[in-house]
Amino acid sequence: MRKIEGLTVIPTDTAPEHARLVDDFTPSLIDVGAHNLCPGCGEPIAMRSLLEIVEELAVIDRAIGVFGIGCYTAFSNNLDCEVLQALHGRAPSLATGVKRAKPNTLVFTIQGDGDMVNEGLQEVIHAAARGENITCVMLNNGVFGETGGHITAATVMGQRTKNSLEGRNAKDHGYPIRLSNLIAELEGACYVARGAVNTAGNVAKTRRMITRAFETQLRGEGFSFLEILTMCPTGWFIETQEAPDYLDDTLAATHTIGVVKDTAAK
Amino acid sequence: MRSVLTRGSVVIDVEACKGCDLCIDACPPDVLVMTTHEVNTRGYRYPLLLPGCTGCKACSQICPDFVFQVYKYDKPIEIEVAE
Amino acid sequence: MTAQLLEGSDAVAHAMVAAGCRFFAGYPMTPFTEVLEHMAKLLPPVDGVCMNAESELEAVGMAWGAAATGTRAATGSTGQGLSLMQESLAEITLAHLPLVVLNMARAQGDYYQATRGGGHGDYRHLVLAPMDVPEAVELTQLAFHLADTWRNPVMVFGDYYLAHTYQSVDVQPIDFGPVPVKDWALDGSSSGTGRAKLISPLGDFKQRDDVGYDLSDYYLRCAAKTAAMVAGVEPMIDIGYCDDADVVVVAFGTAGKYIRYTVAQMRADGLRVGYARPITLFPFPSEAIVRATAGARRVAVYENNMGQMVDDVRLAVLGRAPVDFIGGLSLDSSGFGIAPDYNVDVLRRKITAVMEASS
Repeated sequence: MRKIEGLTVIPTDTAPEHARLVDDFTPSLIDVGAHNLCPGCGEPIAMRSLLEIVEELAVIDRAIGVFGIGCYTAFSNNLDCEVLQALHGRAPSLATGVKRAKPNTLVFTIQGDGDMVNEGLQEVIHAAARGENITCVMLNNGVFGETGGHITAATVMGQRTKNSLEGRNAKDHGYPIRLSNLIAELEGACYVARGAVNTAGNVAKTRRMITRAFETQLRGEGFSFLEILTMCPTGWFIETQEAPDYLDDTLAATHTIGVVKDTAAK
Repeated sequence: MRSVLTRGSVVIDVEACKGCDLCIDACPPDVLVMTTHEVNTRGYRYPLLLPGCTGCKACSQICPDFVFQVYKYDKPIEIEVAE
Repeated sequence: MTAQLLEGSDAVAHAMVAAGCRFFAGYPMTPFTEVLEHMAKLLPPVDGVCMNAESELEAVGMAWGAAATGTRAATGSTGQGLSLMQESLAEITLAHLPLVVLNMARAQGDYYQATRGGGHGDYRHLVLAPMDVPEAVELTQLAFHLADTWRNPVMVFGDYYLAHTYQSVDVQPIDFGPVPVKDWALDGSSSGTGRAKLISPLGDFKQRDDVGYDLSDYYLRCAAKTAAMVAGVEPMIDIGYCDDADVVVVAFGTAGKYIRYTVAQMRADGLRVGYARPITLFPFPSEAIVRATAGARRVAVYENNMGQMVDDVRLAVLGRAPVDFIGGLSLDSSGFGIAPDYNVDVLRRKITAVMEASS
């Protein structure tokens, strides 16, 4: 025990004795833990969850990730998982080509809302309608994070961004697209869920959704879609500690968290 | 003095921390606190561990910068703290 | 197989399958559509996949994904559809992936698009321009070989005539020799080994010291690879009657076939005219053009556009002889590239005018 700032704290610089490691710093499928994403970013949390589920399901030796373009692209050359880097918006088509050419693989895309809902909306819609046996993952933070916080097609009403300074309003910017709900309407979509990584509870819930989405693909049922709400305090222009509540109050008020569709559950 | 049942512990990579506070709210037994004026070499505040950790992994699972290594004691320990 | 009477699109499709192509994605567009039809028929029986993509954007993306698995893959369209694909074609090239791209163009207005690349960045595609169906059967197969050899997209530049002319052909697999092992191809098996593969237009190796890509380093290596490819590919050209020709006419593709025929007729009439027909549009057979035109007093360029390849011919000839553009856009009302000027009398008049100027 030692005193820091008047508190009696437990030393945390070395491993405790008579204890076993239950979770390591960096997930084993991420090569380098250090990254240049902003403080409080939700994307590394989602990446960790996804990769740990791939490992848990014991399918790592046939996993291929197809990356879109966004802040999360920082991870595309930092994984111990095969990666095919796509263009902005095009990942579902690349994933289709991979999966059709190598049907025995587990293929997932990683895209943002700017990538998937703006640039490549038709790609994911068509992949879902075809019942393509892949898992598309959208990290939705409601802004173009990489450019510094600009309005996307998923930005919620009233949300202030660098190019909607007074907040999104219907007259000037129209309404947000609730992509999970749109995709759930398509017959080819088998599993559709929206999670979040703003609280420990939501992370745990999202991990179960990831498991279900991958299981859907592994059973060969068809298209699975996972939307993960992630924090972007930089692009939301708020303090990092305010981000989890901001996500609940704004993003999740429009993009409701929960399983939207699960054909296997019927 | 009182004793606090402690089932787990963490190693914290202080230099990797970006001070975002996510772990503080995520911690179910509420045993992580942020420094208020101590900072790492990059200028970020970082979390401190108080007695009572359960080794539940909530901190490591929500940390964007992978600064936590989580341990569980083979047998829970009691830590004496001043009231 | 023995000789069959096949529509050009059908013959090209057979040639792709003979070359080992097992993935094709396309979107209907005249005059490319029939290639897609035939691939949809031919691929499933050989355990291949033909995707009826919902757009050209998606077609090229699907082919990109399949190519990344090491599968011999192809896509194609007509110039307009290829315009939609350009962003991906540029990135596929930077990602060092082999892909065969067909352009069943409308006339020859896509020469710049094909040889300069309509996309962004410092990349080049190899471009092969067959003059007829038998040559297309050979060049289509060569395209897959070159794509695998150089890990670079290769375009086969055709047109309405190539796609829709029926000719008797015997499509046999051609052995162009070995290609490098595709040890870069993705199948998931390297995941979790500590050396998981990465295919990316942003960089193909993982930096261990920091996260992110070093684009400067990677783009320079891409440029070096392109330079090696351009230096390593032997340009192809078909030359005739040039040794003592006063006038050499340069033309490619279907137009090249008409010029060949017209020049042969003029030779039979004792006129000192020759032809040069570039088969690789990129790399352009500049040195062969220099040799073929060394004794010519004038050089003429015929193409069914407002003058595109003429620039490359002028760069090759470099002012040693006047270069006359005798082409021009020739279309019927369909706009699909059916050219009233593809007529021996018309072409002969155009060449004769250059010969008169040279004397």
